[in-house]
Amino acid sequence: MLDFDFACPTSLADAIEVLAAHNGSARPLAGGTDLIDYLRTGRLSANMVVDLKRIPELRVLTCGDNGLTLGAAVPCCEIYGNEQIVKNYSALSDACSIIGGLQIQSRASVGGNLCTSGPAADSTPALIALNAQVQLVGKGGSRSVAVEDFCTGPSANVLQPGEIVQQLTLPAPAAGSGSHYRRFIPRNEMDIAVVGVGASVTVADGKITAARVGLGAVAPKPLFAADLSQWLVGQPTSDATYKEAGERARQIISPIDDHRGTAEFRTHVTGVLVERVLREAVARATA
Amino acid sequence: MATQRVVTATINGRERSFLCEPRQTLLEVLRDVLSLTGTKEGCSNGNCGACTVLLEGKPVVSCLVLAVECEGQSIETIEGIDTKDGLTPLQNAFLENAALQCGICTPGFIMSTKALLRDNPNPTEEEIRFKLAGNLCRCTGYDKIVKAVQDAAQRRCGSGCGCNG
Repeated sequence: MLDFDFACPTSLADAIEVLAAHNGSARPLAGGTDLIDYLRTGRLSANMVVDLKRIPELRVLTCGDNGLTLGAAVPCCEIYGNEQIVKNYSALSDACSIIGGLQIQSRASVGGNLCTSGPAADSTPALIALNAQVQLVGKGGSRSVAVEDFCTGPSANVLQPGEIVQQLTLPAPAAGSGSHYRRFIPRNEMDIAVVGVGASVTVADGKITAARVGLGAVAPKPLFAADLSQWLVGQPTSDATYKEAGERARQIISPIDDHRGTAEFRTHVTGVLVERVLREAVARATA
Repeated sequence: MATQRVVTATINGRERSFLCEPRQTLLEVLRDVLSLTGTKEGCSNGNCGACTVLLEGKPVVSCLVLAVECEGQSIETIEGIDTKDGLTPLQNAFLENAALQCGICTPGFIMSTKALLRDNPNPTEEEIRFKLAGNLCRCTGYDKIVKAVQDAAQRRCGSGCGCNG
């Protein structure tokens, strides 16, 4: 691995200072499951690596009536190990429990998954479904973006040089809500999504009253299926609804052919997964 | 070259200080600086799990940890598993069930299994296969490893150390 220097600030202000001082040549480190491999293979370079895991604001995890606040460096295992998140933000715990194996889940963070900005990131469609806001902070101050607007393409996002994700905020789910994330992979575990679908729904009297659907690995960035989500409002919780939703999802994606699957296959699987994920999200909402 | 750092960590219950460069992984430091060569290098990109150690009690692949990150933390390696009385029930279960052939993956499997059985003392076969998916073995076909983990779950460490192995 090429040489770099290392800093381990314990305050947000110190982290911002050291990142700003390197004008984009410093790399923030959370779980390191992407970064350390990228530095080793030369895919990324760094003069300075800044470990963010000892900054309290990036390790916060509070879940209550005001919603969920999730520090960017909180590892996956703390997320699926939290009963309130499993119950109220199921799509997120579903995603975190299938990212890599146990060893990756001990270290990898949702904030890091977002910042790597892979089109097939498992946690991002779940965050889209759960309507997450991303809080960014840098030398110029802080700002907030909707999670579906964070990624701009493969490995690209809205972060400016020296800027980091501080935390994610997810609104408290309304009564009668449920969510789910599921992906298709050729193996049983430890693989990258061929298609990933996250959905959250609110159900009352047999009808969907609110919905958000996020799609992964079928476009240059994770997609918020806005029109589909809007169409679902008012629909009955029936197999016909889920099937039609799957068909509508197939119309808005632009998948690629690669060794994991052809565009044709991804298009087919997108419809199947949307159908199944909605059915499960509704089952959880009405359980 | 970036300045070498002194890092102090508790390794297998003993506080140790070592010198390392920021770019050195925990795996490199364990093997090349501390001579703890029980931890094996497999893929070095986080896929195979051969280099699994416990960091603050959690299984991690030491090839994807910088040694400088470990300041003040506790690390347990395969060298810390056995006791003065010899092998633990977890190690004996692997041995007696022939859950290894070449042995490169075994230290990683033992460390992951220790964490698995601590958190879930009676896992189902499906849970074992899912939870140990981060450890690859190219020799055994996994069945003997799964049987060894089931066997280890049945044996209880008599020392009262809480190791579940």
